Amino acid sequence: MQRNLLGIRELSAGEVAHFLDTAETFREISEREIKKVPALRGRTVINLFFEPSTRTRTSFENAGKRQSADVVNISSSSSSVTKGETLLDTARNLEAMGPDLIVIRHPSAGAPHQLARVCRAAVVNAGDGAHEHPTQALLDALTIRQRKGRIEGLRVAILGDLLHSRVARSNAHLLTKLGAEVAVAGPGTLAPREFAGLVEGEGSLRVERRVEDALEGADVVMVLRIQRERQESAFFPSLREYAVHYGLNLARLARAKDDAIVMHPGPMNRGIEIASDVADGARSLILDQVTNGVAVRMAVLYLLAGGGAAVSSSPGAPADAKADAVAPAEEKPEAALTARATDSTPA
Amino acid sequence: MRLLITNGYLIDPTQGLNAGRDLLIEDGRVAAVLKRGESQPEGAQVFDATGLVVAPGFIDLHTHLREPGQEYKETIASGAAAAVAGGFASVCAMPNTDPVNDNPAVTSFIVEQAAQARLANVFPVGAITKGSKGAELAEMGEMRRAGIVAVTDDGRGVPSAGMMRRAMEYARGLDLAVMDHCEDRSLAAGGVMHEGEWSLRLGLRGAPALAEESDAARDCALAELTGARVHLAHVSTRGALEAVRRAKERGLFVTCEVAPHHFALTDEAVKDYDTNTKMNPPLRSREHVEAILEGLRDGTVDAVATDHAPHHADEKALEFDHAPFGVTGLETAVALALDRLVHAGVVGLERLVELFSTNPARVFNLEGRGTLRAGAHADVTVLDPELRWTFDASRSKSKSRNTPFDGWTFHGAAVATVVAGRVVYRRAEAEAQSAVRSKN
Repeated sequence: MQRNLLGIRELSAGEVAHFLDTAETFREISEREIKKVPALRGRTVINLFFEPSTRTRTSFENAGKRQSADVVNISSSSSSVTKGETLLDTARNLEAMGPDLIVIRHPSAGAPHQLARVCRAAVVNAGDGAHEHPTQALLDALTIRQRKGRIEGLRVAILGDLLHSRVARSNAHLLTKLGAEVAVAGPGTLAPREFAGLVEGEGSLRVERRVEDALEGADVVMVLRIQRERQESAFFPSLREYAVHYGLNLARLARAKDDAIVMHPGPMNRGIEIASDVADGARSLILDQVTNGVAVRMAVLYLLAGGGAAVSSSPGAPADAKADAVAPAEEKPEAALTARATDSTPA
Repeated sequence: MRLLITNGYLIDPTQGLNAGRDLLIEDGRVAAVLKRGESQPEGAQVFDATGLVVAPGFIDLHTHLREPGQEYKETIASGAAAAVAGGFASVCAMPNTDPVNDNPAVTSFIVEQAAQARLANVFPVGAITKGSKGAELAEMGEMRRAGIVAVTDDGRGVPSAGMMRRAMEYARGLDLAVMDHCEDRSLAAGGVMHEGEWSLRLGLRGAPALAEESDAARDCALAELTGARVHLAHVSTRGALEAVRRAKERGLFVTCEVAPHHFALTDEAVKDYDTNTKMNPPLRSREHVEAILEGLRDGTVDAVATDHAPHHADEKALEFDHAPFGVTGLETAVALALDRLVHAGVVGLERLVELFSTNPARVFNLEGRGTLRAGAHADVTVLDPELRWTFDASRSKSKSRNTPFDGWTFHGAAVATVVAGRVVYRRAEAEAQSAVRSKN
């Protein structure tokens, strides 16, 4: 049975909640003196990164190692075209090494889906082009839930380059699935009106022309990273103008609720999309996001390796896999972390 | 050499024929259309077409045969074999080979290879500009003498309106149709699929419908200015169809074709990132598909053409962003049209024959084709509109397998193809089926 995490869009609200609940239980492990449990002992995780990444790769690496998995990092700065090897060949070669999990980051949307079609190993999408970054959305949701106690009914503003952002897409899917009211805004070139069509489930999603309107009464403010090279492709005139008109500063933040929290997926361009006094302010949860990233990725690796209920988001997954996916966990992760320590039965 | 196709149902819009008739062929030409049982010519080979539709040979206005230069994708022989297996007696070979068909030497090579293959008729289409680079006119007159039937810079288009104007004026003098691939590159902006809800959801760069529509509007205006015969290739958008509709109302010689994948699929088919759903123009949203169906119904669309674009499996195994545009189509086009247009009630069989034969012959001025009048070339397509069959890409006659229709089951098929009086393809299942029918 193929079990992958390719995107948030294919997950049900129940499946999202299950990931989050499992991640909660994993948070504690990272606070221990000995940050290691044997949950994934004997399992091999390959981190396959076709894009430079420090934060996400390290986060997945820690998530694997803290569960005693063997973690292999493969970095390739080139896509299959420049390398002369097709993605399919790369996949088959990795598959021949018998990994249990492949974590892939790739500049082309859909690369994880293509990998998943030929691999027996579970595939985790760690960001594919402008498509999805599901573990980022999960860690963002975990962070919000910890601070606000819920997602449903919250007003969330997402600001910046929505067109090219996989973080924005995954968050739009996740937050609306869980019933949040999402407002997005950015320069007209980067905030297409059609973005409202990404709404899922019970929540709502609206595209505002002005950043100020999206911020009005927000409980949560998410700021997206601006890629400097977008200026050269004529999406906006200058970084200076971007900072003045679209950046999050204290004056703009005042439109949000007094207890609004501020998030950013990193790495930040200080003084461009986010002012330093906001990024370093009391309402900023940017470092909590990083901490939660490890917990979420531990949960994802654990669940996809066969712990607890199986989760499938493979578009072509058979019906029984879907049925399995929503089944309640028969085994509490906490139990697994102790009892399973000596359990060597493969899933 | 005599061939009698008997007991079939003959549809030929050029003669207003839609009735049970026998077709007598002699020496590569149509000798006569006969009432059933009118005569039993001595010594003729007899093709029993009981329960089948007999039509003038189908013509694909838009085929990429890849030879010369990319024989690993397709050759003229393999492409011609796929063509006749799909019911096409003739194909029009696009010039974007390597080298480009922009001079009479390449044209002659194509004609010669096609003659050796001896399957489908292959009509070369020459380039508009040298190397299809958009800067200097290609030798249209010399290529015409060598056998081209039209000109196009397909795959690229002609970005400069000024250059296109000159090309149309020059081609008009030679009575050659100018076929254009409508795509404003600055608007398409490197898009790999249709810009819309699905491109946004999938995080793939979108090319807006407007990229096609604005060039189509430009070409229609240039057709009026120059008086040239203008044919718009693979039209896929509501706006381009509206431009053609208006041009026709004004009495201009503007024609257009649509590709089967554009009426059979929407951009939602891209959702699993299967690179066999990547082609240019891209699969469009429902709104545009509806407009294509409307154009097929109301006569705005002149022809169904495959845009058969073979690519090797290794090339299609790349990321969606990097895989080449294009899908094969010769062996599925007629079946898709029977299934999705005729059986779905969009058009009748007579209109289908117009779309695949009568009109293509008119669009590229192919003398003695697209008709079964006495004296015409004996090119015939035989259809079994009721045959149910499943397409298995691994058994394709094409050298490439890049189709989104692998494993699809169709209602209706082309079951035999006659070229110059020779039965060059006959489907095995059809024989089995007609055998069953004759027993009943």
